[in-house]
Amino acid sequence: MRVKLGALLAAATFLVVSAPPAPARPPVVLKVAIVQQIDSLNPFLAVFQSSTEVGRLMYDPLTAYTAADQAVTEGLAHRWESSPDKLTWTFTVPDGKKWSDGVPITAHDVAFTYNLMLTDEVARTANGSFVANFASVTAPDDRTVVIRTKTPQVTMLALDVPIVPRHVWEKVGSVKDHANDTMPVVGSGPFVLTEHVAGQFIKLHANKTYWRGAPKVDELHFVYFQNSDAAVQALAKGEVDLVNRMAPAQFDSLQGKPGVTRNKAQGRRFTELVINPGAQTRTGVPIGDGHPALRDVRVRRALAQAIDLDALVQRVNLGYAEKGAGLVPPVFGKWHWRPDTSAQRPFDPAAAGAALDAAGFPRGADGTRFALRLIGRAGRAYDEQASEYLKRSMSDVGIALDVRLVSDNQLNEITTAATYDLAFSGWSANIDPDFILGLHTCAQRPGADGKGGTTDTYFCDETYDRLYARQLSEFDEDKRVEIVKQMQARFHDQVPAVVLAYDNALEGYRSDRFTRFTTQPAQGGVIMAQNGVWGYYGAEPAEHVAQAQGSRWIGLAIGGAVAVVLALAVVLVTRRRRATAEERE
Amino acid sequence: MRLLGRAGGAALSLLMVAVLGFFLFRVVPGDPVVSMTRGRPTTPETQAALRAQFGLDLPLHEQFFRYFTSLLRGDLGTSFTFRRPVAEVVLERLGPTLLLVGTSTVIAVALGLWLGVLAAWRRGSAFDRVTTGVSLTLWAVPTFWLGMLLMMVTGDFFPSRGMRDTDTAPDFLSQALDVGHHLVLPSITLVAVVCAEYALVMRSSLLEELHAPYLTTARAKGLRDDLVRRRHAVPNAVLPAITLVFLRFGLVVSGAITTETVFSWPGLGLLFYDALTGPDYFLLQGLLVVTAGAVVVMNLLADVLHGVLDPRVKVV
Repeated sequence: MRVKLGALLAAATFLVVSAPPAPARPPVVLKVAIVQQIDSLNPFLAVFQSSTEVGRLMYDPLTAYTAADQAVTEGLAHRWESSPDKLTWTFTVPDGKKWSDGVPITAHDVAFTYNLMLTDEVARTANGSFVANFASVTAPDDRTVVIRTKTPQVTMLALDVPIVPRHVWEKVGSVKDHANDTMPVVGSGPFVLTEHVAGQFIKLHANKTYWRGAPKVDELHFVYFQNSDAAVQALAKGEVDLVNRMAPAQFDSLQGKPGVTRNKAQGRRFTELVINPGAQTRTGVPIGDGHPALRDVRVRRALAQAIDLDALVQRVNLGYAEKGAGLVPPVFGKWHWRPDTSAQRPFDPAAAGAALDAAGFPRGADGTRFALRLIGRAGRAYDEQASEYLKRSMSDVGIALDVRLVSDNQLNEITTAATYDLAFSGWSANIDPDFILGLHTCAQRPGADGKGGTTDTYFCDETYDRLYARQLSEFDEDKRVEIVKQMQARFHDQVPAVVLAYDNALEGYRSDRFTRFTTQPAQGGVIMAQNGVWGYYGAEPAEHVAQAQGSRWIGLAIGGAVAVVLALAVVLVTRRRRATAEERE
Repeated sequence: MRLLGRAGGAALSLLMVAVLGFFLFRVVPGDPVVSMTRGRPTTPETQAALRAQFGLDLPLHEQFFRYFTSLLRGDLGTSFTFRRPVAEVVLERLGPTLLLVGTSTVIAVALGLWLGVLAAWRRGSAFDRVTTGVSLTLWAVPTFWLGMLLMMVTGDFFPSRGMRDTDTAPDFLSQALDVGHHLVLPSITLVAVVCAEYALVMRSSLLEELHAPYLTTARAKGLRDDLVRRRHAVPNAVLPAITLVFLRFGLVVSGAITTETVFSWPGLGLLFYDALTGPDYFLLQGLLVVTAGAVVVMNLLADVLHGVLDPRVKVV
């Protein structure tokens, strides 16, 4: 009996250990952790950042941005020109670029994509704002795309719209119901989508016929983590090769880990404190219940002056951020604005107090001038710590802060209804500053029914709006940069929000398996969440990269063996018991 | 007749769940369209179009009428987030949840009941004290913490996420082994946390039986202690535990939000969590109907089985 069991156990263990057949040359796989789900694979519907990133790998846009300095470069089109009145744009799609199924890419694919968006409301879900000003899009021949706009639009080379293959999509009946999951999904990007298991992972294979040349990795896998601590653990263990969106403490925990290199990059994101300046709808009807004192720009300036931004960056961001100033983060180089000495508002509680006195808000008997509500998101470490810090800063100038940390949805609801005085917010900016600047124009405020607004701050300022319109039709880039800076200066002066910090993007990768990633921009740039696909496309595997599977199978073997031993023990005990029980009864 | 009454009650409960599901989630703060388009350049027209597409621009009673009539046809609607039919999204997550929570519940029940019986039988012994102490401690430990701790302590031996690896060979054996490998840590976490409940219920109900005269009779017959316990005491003491087990099985479907979150297990618990952040009304409604349905059905089953196991219930 014992001999038989032993043999069985040995056989089971052998089976478990010997299960995986070793392939001759394992493909080079880059495994990337993502902490956000994929909402849809349909590029017209997908709005999550993770899905947008996968979409960019699958479909090239008309024009792209370089990795090195984020300048406009060839996408599907390699040449472009605009008419003297700037209302007609002609793009040339060169011969020789192919879809992943071998069909040539032509101007008709481009025209088809834009026209689908112009005619089908649902196809405008994700990227509708890019075509809002389009009058018509035509393809007079295989190589030429002609786009006519209603008004001159400076962002014509920043159209972040995936171009889809006409020969596949013209057979799609309803964009709304199309999941776009017929594998492999025909695309034009450096990778081809081959598998998606909802809530688990996404697999892409290198597009060997990609017009820029095939990527150096064979496969790109995005694995989904609900829990970012687990993602960081997985990087440390070597289960994944690349992780981003780390918190400062997580980033610090990887210091000195063998085989792991950290990348502290300049991010696209900033954190801000929005101040309710007296919210109104587009038609000028007041909404919400913001504190009346905040309508006075002197009060808003005083609030800004009472906050020590340097201390905030050191204590709350743990140094992984840059002190805030204008709306465009410093990673975007020439568009970024910092106040010169005359516009600077150095941290000075005494001056802030004096300004509040002058504005007609003296300290009361208890030393308080008035009370404000600060809304933040519960569970977000930044909001939790920064609110405590702000509470002390504001108390120093005689303002009592009532901090309320609420769920993401509640925060949304409160800011939409404008029932706040101060609130934490934050945005990711794009290379073209139009989007981040446009959030603060009068037209972004909600309609009469309180809906349809995309405003960030309820800011409405004639000077700012005029400058916004000017930059949108200024085709001389140096002049446009100047206007964009003036807008940021105006925003800074009127203080509908205080830009607190430009967050660093904290990433980490397995440098024992990948020697180099292309960052955007070249100096201090990010690997993931780029305005492009360079990070993944430029990944260079270390020589002799073998997929380390040994430890995994040891785990399986031990797990299997333990299970077998337990099962046998149970069987043995039961048998023995039954035998004796029957004897005795 | 009695069964029919019970079934009627269950049907009524389901109906109430369906109605409640609609109104409950409309109270959740947040605007799905705003969440859907956050962080992207969006025109007011696109927002309005999205509202219309999902019927969110209709008056509430009309939205309810639409929801209820589709529900009667078996249509749970379309998820805002995933842009796919709710039934499809839920079904795809049902398997992983049944596997994880089902396996863990079976192990937890078996282990819990066994430990409970032994602890009661040897009341006051070192075994009793250790078992009760350990299971109470694990019961009190935050699931999230325990899961992360297990993940760190086991190092490279077990994967930290999901249900399977991306590069496992496609044959059945490799895939099954891989899923089993991924199942180990989440199941241990779940078993460790819920096992105490069964152990304690079993222990206390067996303690109540310990001094019953029929046990003395059984011993007087000369039966071995093991048999007295197994054939006489346990069958009488197991009823409260059975009810508990069936209630638990009803909850299997609703998943285990925390465990699924720690280990990124693609189950219904995780889906619920994601749906709430929308809020994805249709997905939430669908999930509530499915999970509450499972509880109602399991309750009904527990009632019926109770009658079979305990003849006294039938008489009443």
